[in-house]
Amino acid sequence: MSNMQAWDADRARARIRELEHLPGALLPILHALQEEFGHIDPAAAPLIATALNISHAEVHGVISFYHDFRHAAPGKHVLKICRAESCQSMGSDVLVQHIERRLGVKLGETTADQSLTVEQVFCLGNCALSPAVMLDGEPYGRVSPSVADFLIDGSRRAQ
Amino acid sequence: MSPAKVTARSVRVYVPRDSAALSVGAEGVARAIANEASSRGLDITLVRNGSRGMFWLEPLVEVETEVETPSGRIAYGPVSREAVAGLFDAGFLEGNAHSLHLGPTEDIPYLKQQERLTFARCGIVDPLSLPDYVAHGGYRGLQRALSLAPEEIVTEVTNSGLRGRGGAGFPTGIKWKTVLGAASDQKYICCNADEGDSGTYADRMIMEGDPFVLIEGMTIAAIAVGATQGYIYCRSEYPHAFRTMQRAIAIAYENSYLGANVAGSGKRFDLEVRLGAGAYICGEETSMLESLEGRRGQIRPKPPLPAIEGLFGKPTVVNNLITLATVPIILDKGAAYYRDFGMGKSRGTLTIQLAGNIQHGGLVEKAFGITLHDAIYGFGGGTATGRPLRAVQVGGPLGAYFPKSFLDTPLDYEAFAARKGMLGHGGIVVFDDTVDLAKQARFAMEFCAIESCGKCTPCRVGSTRGVEVIDRIIANDNRTKNLELLDDLCELMTDGSLCALGGLIPLPVMSAIRHFPEDFDKPAPAPPGLIDPQNRETHPWR
Repeated sequence: MSNMQAWDADRARARIRELEHLPGALLPILHALQEEFGHIDPAAAPLIATALNISHAEVHGVISFYHDFRHAAPGKHVLKICRAESCQSMGSDVLVQHIERRLGVKLGETTADQSLTVEQVFCLGNCALSPAVMLDGEPYGRVSPSVADFLIDGSRRAQ
Repeated sequence: MSPAKVTARSVRVYVPRDSAALSVGAEGVARAIANEASSRGLDITLVRNGSRGMFWLEPLVEVETEVETPSGRIAYGPVSREAVAGLFDAGFLEGNAHSLHLGPTEDIPYLKQQERLTFARCGIVDPLSLPDYVAHGGYRGLQRALSLAPEEIVTEVTNSGLRGRGGAGFPTGIKWKTVLGAASDQKYICCNADEGDSGTYADRMIMEGDPFVLIEGMTIAAIAVGATQGYIYCRSEYPHAFRTMQRAIAIAYENSYLGANVAGSGKRFDLEVRLGAGAYICGEETSMLESLEGRRGQIRPKPPLPAIEGLFGKPTVVNNLITLATVPIILDKGAAYYRDFGMGKSRGTLTIQLAGNIQHGGLVEKAFGITLHDAIYGFGGGTATGRPLRAVQVGGPLGAYFPKSFLDTPLDYEAFAARKGMLGHGGIVVFDDTVDLAKQARFAMEFCAIESCGKCTPCRVGSTRGVEVIDRIIANDNRTKNLELLDDLCELMTDGSLCALGGLIPLPVMSAIRHFPEDFDKPAPAPPGLIDPQNRETHPWR
């Protein structure tokens, strides 16, 4: 997450051009833009609409439908915590409470120092090692509050 | 065996690259083994395999020794970075004794008692080595398919009794036959790898551990129905699986197993893996097609069936990943071989995924028909916490909660339906006696409200009303009347929803009320404390 760039319309146009030829190109384009900028900037929708010859409303509809696409830049690191049943059976509710208290944020929010965004996710496919989280795309299993603290401290030090 | 003899050949050491193994430190273990070997001047070849699916033993390190076993592979686990030097000291490259020594991998009872057909290679081969894949029986199914007429391939799949492993259990051969019979200038094969059900990870394991089997299965499907383009719709929560799949597809292209002339047959098949974007509903086939076309993942009313009008309006085979990954062995060994496993109308094997509060969580591939009890206790060893088991949810968030008295249910589509449950994708989530079923019922409705695509009112509005009604029941506000209202609401959602999300969410809700009425009849107990099955000091992330 730490290598995301500030919004740049030319760069966005270039990424859109690389993918616009694909059948059903909209999701690949949105993923590429989010990878580049950490979120989908409001200025991106008109560019995509023009490139794909669809309405601005349609692009907006797709961006707002999917949980993955962020409307604002996240913190330097993103911690996704699984809240699905398997992780519930191993205490993910307590883990979420612990992390929220520790960071002073709710799920979906970013810490005041912009270092960490905490998001909920429903299943990371690591259900034999619940509770599971994902930090900047890397999976972690059997995450107790003390392990979560270790991960959080590590990511903040690493910035 | 002397150390000199060990260095005489390059010893193959296997450390999984599977996400679950990585989540408990496999990357650090792999690095530590490479460093330790180089500092000791030992010649090893590090293979990053998939997982064998015994996750409580991950990171599971295997060494290919000269010990007399079918593969010569000796297992050690769970291995931590700190244990690596000690393993070298003990002579693990020769398969010597150590406190983490598990013996020949194939002799571990958990594996030995399985019938691995779809997962025959997973955890054994290097997932990105095509020679390895072929050496272990890969592409024999395609070879045979290429010698058959399209109708004969479809008949073979029909006769095998293979049913959709995504949850609906629809006969795969019949679906293929419809697409084969549909006249069109363009047809598609779509693999549903949007494995969103909690408690399931079989699709992920195949993509990370044996991706070529999926490519082969999709290629056979394409040749059978006359499709030239395929898409794998992989959920975004699986970044490692997505990258492994991308690399495997590139390798298949380089070796002419994909592209204009598949395996020298003169037939074209192109394949691409696409990323979902965190919407559970995109595991529903029509919603997935909308998403692939670049739209909101809202479901389409059926008919028309995707087999007639699917992706971009063209005839499309939409199959679950496990279904497609099972096709190669059926073509290789024949329909009868596969059909001989199983019970009743559930033929072949089920890839059971043991999850949640379970001591030995992992993948168990078994012929249909073993009971929940045997899966959970025989393989799983009971709860992770050691507390009594109280509830089991099978089939993901839309599956019923079963009480302990239902553990005699055999894993079979019809047996589950008879008990108002659902086998789904084969995930079994175990809960101990600290679970509060009123809370679980509420979560089911909450999940439905978060993930509803919004197309139909019973699901979109009903789920939010459902959360409110359950909140009132928990708060003991007009409890009897609200339980009646919830029953009514669930009936309406079951009958009036367009797809399985709104249509099946009453299953966990009503099963919770039916089997655990006491949880809806008293103040909710205090939340359980956090369960930490591993000693914190020895956890890899400490």
